[in-house]
Parts: sequence; structure tokens; C-alpha cells
Amino acid sequence: MSPLTTTAASAAARPAPESATAPGAPGLGPLALWLLAAVVVLALVTAASLAVGARGLAPETVWQALTRFDPANGDHAVVHARIPRTVLGLLAGGALGLAGAAMQGVARNPLADPGIIGINAGAALAVVTGIYVFGLSSLTGYIWFAFIGAAAAAVLVYLVASLGRDGATPVKLALAGAALSAGLFSLMNVILVSSRDTLDRFRFWQVGGIAGRDWSVILPALPFLLVGAGLVLATGRILNNLALGDDIARGLGQRVGLTRGVTALGIVLLCGSATALAGPIGFVGLIIPHAVRFLAGPDYRWILPFSLILAPALLLAADVIGRVILLPGEVPAGIMTALVGAPVFVWLVRRGKGAGL
Amino acid sequence: MRTADTKTPVDLSLPVAKTPAERPKLIAQHRRTAVLALAVVALFAASVLLGSYTVTIPDFFRILGAHLTDGEKIPGASFIVMEHKLPRAVVGTLIGAAFGLSGALFQTMLRNPLASPDVIGISYGASAAAVTAIVVFGATGAAVSGAAFAGALGVATLIYAISRSGSLGSGGQRGDAAGSRLILAGVGIAAALHAVVSFLLTRTDIRTAADVLIWLNGSLNSANWDRAGVLGIALLVLVPAVALLSGPLRILELGDDTAAGLGVRVGAARLAIVFTAVGLAAAATAAAGPVAFVAFLAGPIARRFVRKASLPAAALTGVLIVLSADYVAANVAPLLLDGTVLPVGVITGALGAPFLLWLLVTSNRKDA
Repeated sequence: MSPLTTTAASAAARPAPESATAPGAPGLGPLALWLLAAVVVLALVTAASLAVGARGLAPETVWQALTRFDPANGDHAVVHARIPRTVLGLLAGGALGLAGAAMQGVARNPLADPGIIGINAGAALAVVTGIYVFGLSSLTGYIWFAFIGAAAAAVLVYLVASLGRDGATPVKLALAGAALSAGLFSLMNVILVSSRDTLDRFRFWQVGGIAGRDWSVILPALPFLLVGAGLVLATGRILNNLALGDDIARGLGQRVGLTRGVTALGIVLLCGSATALAGPIGFVGLIIPHAVRFLAGPDYRWILPFSLILAPALLLAADVIGRVILLPGEVPAGIMTALVGAPVFVWLVRRGKGAGL
Repeated sequence: MRTADTKTPVDLSLPVAKTPAERPKLIAQHRRTAVLALAVVALFAASVLLGSYTVTIPDFFRILGAHLTDGEKIPGASFIVMEHKLPRAVVGTLIGAAFGLSGALFQTMLRNPLASPDVIGISYGASAAAVTAIVVFGATGAAVSGAAFAGALGVATLIYAISRSGSLGSGGQRGDAAGSRLILAGVGIAAALHAVVSFLLTRTDIRTAADVLIWLNGSLNSANWDRAGVLGIALLVLVPAVALLSGPLRILELGDDTAAGLGVRVGAARLAIVFTAVGLAAAATAAAGPVAFVAFLAGPIARRFVRKASLPAAALTGVLIVLSADYVAANVAPLLLDGTVLPVGVITGALGAPFLLWLLVTSNRKDA
């Protein structure tokens, strides 16, 4: 129980001092209430993630299993087995939400998302290379490769998209991501077609999900997650200034290049760890910040903490629904988020934000 | 000829205005198209005659003659040439032409070099439908092709509907905005379909998954006369349609409003062009899988070579891309990879992605 509560509590505590620095901000009270509501939603989804599955359990049983664990009780064992995936969902979801929000802010691009801009493909190619060349077979081994691949792809896509006259426009970013993904997948397929063993291991990683991971996967990624989250959460004000345009931000005394670099570092740490933890999961980082903007408005000092809380709620909810939708099998969380996310993406595009911003 | 070439700006936007009285230039363009056609013939011959199993030209005609007249067959050689190498080259040629035409139609109509069916997700529709057919319904052969065809048409309809409706009424920029939206909607739908395909890959045994993977990459390995026949019939219908539509297409390039002023029914013409282009891409995908980036590459490369946006040149370039990539995939790659025959799409994808990135970097267009 303890990791769950600390994640939620630290998230809830963080916006408080920030909001205190801006006493004039309108709607502070309602926003704090909304944030509280978001925390409650997250707590409910977390509880559901412990209780729901092929073997559904009553809330009392879950509570007992957490407070007075009885090793002989089968139900308690089920609850305990669901703790790692729940924690992982919270961590990966939070990382994706934060990274998505910050990415959209830094790139001033509403369509930025690790799936769209090719980070997942970079991680995938690195993992395939790891399996094929170094014979990796465990998730623990995949982590580092996923991490390096994700970081390299992120840097490459952003560089390519910002070259040329107009900088990183939404269409260019999305297309650079799509192009890079296609190229990387082709390279990856060279390996996959020639090695059936590699394909067999890779196909299960590729769908992206939070099931079947244990603490040995979670713990190595934690330091990166914390550093990344710290860096990104500290950038609320910076992102607000960047949203006004580089020139104005510079006029406000900001060192645009430096702050953008620091934020990008945080994003890469978050995306890389999330992909290492859960495999390629798309659309969470895209949808959540947009949903949050409806609630919280354009202030990144609110968008970031809201994303941190609501993104894991979405990922866990996707996971919970995926567990029961196709019994006796499971649909991985990554598939569920893509199925929910694509219509939202299309809706964003249709609303015209995609082409204009 | 050279001086005329250097004057032509290397510009992504399609050449819209054509001044008359450019006869020498026109002759040069025809000459370059003829060069492309000759290259296609040479490459076709190379892929039938050369490679891991070589045949001499007299032998080839003897085999072909024997096949057509039911004469005496050469053991081994007849089978390899008639059932393997020749159908492979024929299907490669047909899909190259179909993808090339389809991409050029989209790119010209939307005035955006990025708007080809493989970039905007139509190929993913075919993939998702075909993989569903293979994995869920255990389909093989023609049923897979049918599913791919239906999937491509379905996704194309969806994307077209999404990009068409909504706020389209913004004056002269209409076509461009709709184009941007179409591309982005396609990218989003492709990402979701990719998730579906990944998921289906985990729900089947590894043998089927490996087969599916090869299909997903686009491969000529299972090319045969049946597929060549079906594809040939489809092209017999669709290529004349392209020829009919090339007139309205040229006028649409001038902009929707101008075209309407010149008496083109813009909506109907657009719809006809879209469905012809999608039909071409879908037929080719049904025959060989979604060979990555052929549709996207053929138009721009042809335009750079012929110095003019030309549908025949795009078709020829598509054939060149497929045949040369398949030659590498079937004859060069096995030497490097312990005998694995790569799907042709792996080669085109690996080459196409850098080209797309380069196009993005050098692009001057606001919306691309």
C-alpha cells in the first residue's frame, strides 16, 4: 500500500506551494477542488486495479489483504500479485502524462506524444537489437535498450522537425515521427523476419502493457522517473512563458535554449522510463493534457500536476477494462489506450487545432 | 537541355503554371520518360534472367515458347522461370505501377508531396483487415487479399469523411487545410491500427505470426499467376479511369476555386480521383501487401527526373523502385543474412524513411 499512497500524496502536495506563489490566479479554489477530485478518482481506479480481474474481489478483501496480509488466504495472494502491476501503472501513467504535457508545451505542439513522434519505434528497435544481438530475454534487460532507443529517437525527431524554415510545426513533427517510425520498423523487420526467436519474444513486449512485470523491473527505473518528474514539474512557469512564443519568453528574461533543453531532458527521462517499464504505450500522453486543459485552463502550473494524477488513472482504467473485456484472455493496456486515443486524436485534428497551432 | 534543367527550381510545390511554347523542354521530358521506360524493361529482364538462378536469353524464350505451345519443358528451369521468377517480376511491375499512380494522384490532387496512401494510413487499413482475416478467421490466399482490399477502402472512406467534414470553408486555403487534416487523421488512425495489428500478433502461434509479419512488410515471395491476373484486371479498369481523370486533375491543381470557375465539378472530380487512387493502392496491397513508401517515393522522384509532374513517369518510377528493391531483397540480402529472403517492403521502407525526413527538412511549405 505504501508506494501507492506516497505517489498520490506527493502529487497532491506539490501544486500547493506553486499555487501560493500566484495568489492572483483566478479560480484557485475550484481548481484545488478539482485536483482533489482527480486524486479521489485515481484512488478509486487504483482500488479497482487491485480488486478487478479474472478473479474479482470484494473491497473488504482487498483492504484486509493490504492491512492484515494472510499468506494462506488465496484472495490475499491475488491482491498481492496485482500490486506490482498497479504500481507500475501508476508510475508509467504518471510519467507519460507529465511527459506528454511538457512535450506539448516545449514543442508548442498539441499533437506531441511518444507514440506519434516515434519514440516508441526507437525503443522498439533498440529492444529488438538487444534481443537479437545480445540474447536478452527478460524485461530487466530490455529497460536499458528501450531507454537509449527512446532518447535517441526523441532527439532525432525533434531535430529533423525543427530544421527547415518554419520550425517544428505539428504536421512536421507528426510526419517526422511517422517517417522515422516507418524506417525504424523496416530495420527492425530485417531482424524479425530472419529470427523467429526474436519475433516471439518481441511481439509480447511490443503491445505495451503493465501486466507480468515485477519489482525487479520497477526499481531500476525509479531514479530516472523521479529525476525526470522533478525536472518537468519545476518547469510550469517556464512552459507558460514559452507558450507566449520564444521572443516574448526571451523578453521576460528566460534563457529559452537552456530551459528548453532541461525540459527536454526531463521528458526523455520520463518517456524512456515509461517505455522501459510498460513497453510502447501511445496516446496517454496525448489525450490527458488536452482533457486537463478543459478542466484547468492553459496554466502549465496546473496542467502538469493534473496530468500527473489523471494519466495513471486512465492507464489503470484501460488496464482494468482490458482484463475483463475479453475473458479468459486479457487485452493489454497499450491496446486499450490506442483504441480510446485514436478517436480523440482525430477529434483534435478535426477541431482544427492540429493544423493551426 | 542542361541550361533548362538548372533553371528549374528544386521546389516541392507542384509546378502549377505552365507557359506555352516550351517545345524543347517538352521533348526533353518525353525523352526522359522514355529513358524510364527503357530502364523498366532492362530491370524486368534482369530480375527474370539474373539473380540466384540465371537464365540466358535464348533459354528464356525457349522456355516461354514451350510454355505457351505446350511443348517440351526443360526440367527445373521451366518451373523456376514460369512459376517463380516471371510471375514475381510481373506482380512487381504491376504493383509498382499501381502504387506509383496512386501516390501521384494523391500528391497532385492535395498539392502535398506527403499525402500518399502509405503515409496517410490507408495501407494500415489493409494491414489490419488482412491480419484480422489471417489470425481470427484463418484466411489464406484470395480471402486475405479481399480483406486487404476492403480494409484499404474502408479506412480511406473514414479518413476522407473525417477530413472533408468540419470547418472547410476558409477561402483559397481550403485544399491545403483539408490536405493537412487528411494527413493527420491518417497518422492517428494508422497508430491505432498499428496497435490492433500488434495485439493480433500476440494472439496467434509463432508460425502464423511470422507469416503475418512477412505479409505486413509487403512481399513478392508468394507472387503467382492468379494474383497477377486479378491485379491485371483491376489495372485494366483503373488505369483508363486515371487517364480520364488526368484532365480534371490538371485543372484542380490550379486551386479549387479556379477549377470551379473553369467548369470542373470539384467535389465529384475529387471523389472520383480519391477512389481511383485508393482502388489502385488497395489492389496492389491485396496482391503483395503494403509495400512501404513506393507510392510516396514514386511521384517526387519522377518529378525530379522528368522535371514535371507526370502520371506515366510516376508509374514507371514505381515499377523501378519495386523491381530494384525486390532484386536486392531476393538476391543480395540472402548473401548477407544467411539465406533469409527479405520482404521487398523492408528495403523500400528503409530507403523511403530517410527520403521523407529529408523532404520534411528541405520543405518550404507552411503546412508540411
